[in-house]
Amino acid sequence: MTGLVAVLSFTAVLALVLILADLIAKGASSLDWSFFTKNPVAAGATGGGVANAIVGTGIIVGLAALIGLPVGIGTGLYLAEYGSGRLGWIVRFVADVLNGTPSIVIGIFAWTWLVKPMGHFSALAGSVALAALMIPMIARTTEEMVRLVPHSLREAALALGYARWRTSLRIVARTALAGIVTGCLVGIARIAGETAPLIFTALGNLNFTVSVGQPMQTLSLQIYQYASGPFDEWHRLAWAAALVLMGLVLLLAVGARWAIRQRHGAAR
Amino acid sequence: MAPPADAVLQLETVRLTALYGPRAVVKDVSLMFPKHSVSAVIGPSGCGKSTFLRCLNRMHELSEGGWVTGRVLLDGADIYDERVDPVQLRRRIGMVFQRPTPFPTMSIYDNVAAGLRVNGSRGRGELDEAVERALRQAALWDEVQDRLRHSALALSGGQQQRLCIARALAPQPEVLLLDEPTASLDPSGTQRIEDLCHELKLAYTIVIVTHNLQQAARVSDYTAFFFLGELVEVARTEDLFTKPAREQTEAYITGRFG
Repeated sequence: MTGLVAVLSFTAVLALVLILADLIAKGASSLDWSFFTKNPVAAGATGGGVANAIVGTGIIVGLAALIGLPVGIGTGLYLAEYGSGRLGWIVRFVADVLNGTPSIVIGIFAWTWLVKPMGHFSALAGSVALAALMIPMIARTTEEMVRLVPHSLREAALALGYARWRTSLRIVARTALAGIVTGCLVGIARIAGETAPLIFTALGNLNFTVSVGQPMQTLSLQIYQYASGPFDEWHRLAWAAALVLMGLVLLLAVGARWAIRQRHGAAR
Repeated sequence: MAPPADAVLQLETVRLTALYGPRAVVKDVSLMFPKHSVSAVIGPSGCGKSTFLRCLNRMHELSEGGWVTGRVLLDGADIYDERVDPVQLRRRIGMVFQRPTPFPTMSIYDNVAAGLRVNGSRGRGELDEAVERALRQAALWDEVQDRLRHSALALSGGQQQRLCIARALAPQPEVLLLDEPTASLDPSGTQRIEDLCHELKLAYTIVIVTHNLQQAARVSDYTAFFFLGELVEVARTEDLFTKPAREQTEAYITGRFG
């Protein structure tokens, strides 16, 4: 039995190691200064970089986090602290359904509600789509984390003359903070690699832009376009972009682990 | 019951009944708590003594389905009057629970200051003074004065409980409610809390719930015996333990049940 479990977990780890090794083997050689600082060159030409996609990923994901984190955390707090009634049940149900919705469907909705009325693709629409993906995830993890806070702490605060809302924010949420932060980092890592909802919204852009009202490139879109294109030069850049994206997600995961450790350290 | 005629009443319950939905767990209890005395509430598990205590600072109504009938008078005014804000009220009546509940994200200093900050901001010096005073009252100052900024979780269980007492004392409440405060402590931790009761009653009115009869005998001036939600008997502690008036009381204190 132990042997079987060992083999299975080794398989899981092996997958990650193989992917990473492949990415490094095929992508690392393209990681030079110009890859990070230059924009794409004309199709077929050699050289160029993905500066536009790196900046675009930062803007679109950052904006999505700006929308998604407050709404998600607030919803989670509400569910944990006041969500025992009917409304709580409905919110929880909607969040669970939304959590299971394929991301491309979210992208189509964002296109219908934002891109079509506005008349053009935009980074903003992409951020909204990613935020919609993120909110139910963050809400549910926040709820779980807040529920882990012992009831006795709430009572202690209330008995000290804390109003209920103040107890929720100052004592309960703060005690659960490390867990909430972890959930947020995992959520951000998750949407950073999303491609499907961006195809209909942010679209992609071969030029550098920081204007959120315009179509914008992200690493995931760039990988999608370059990997499915006909040029070897594009494939080379796609591998490198994939390595960068993977590194970014790994970094967030490590950050999440670190936040968990902080919590356990504080619990001692 | 018979507090001396010259005693000033701080807290009084008048026909207090506490319910969960339709089910009464404290029935028609009338008790008087003289100022600057320690009153113990004893009785077997499930007799309603903790619920009774939680009615005295309106914590019971926060439990699911919790409500009360009757009156609780603090300095003669009913705390269940609709004009009374329960949040404000709880700042006048401190409470300490069975298990120590230091706020884990806060330092020792911030734990003690928590109840003061919630009352509105104060100057730094005033806050420092109040924190030191509360920690001294809780007999914890000497042990923590050089690590006030450390996490409260680094303290031992007994120290944590005294920290919770300091936290409850810092806003200078009139009444201190102790709900089996030594249930999770070792004998030396227990003794320190009991010693504290004697000192604190000079400044506060204390109500302590305990299922430890020796503890009630050691710390209290008055003892009330609860059984099945009803007040069976209340008397001066030495009287209740040496010549109980009711047979049930005698059976309980001699260990024949409970």
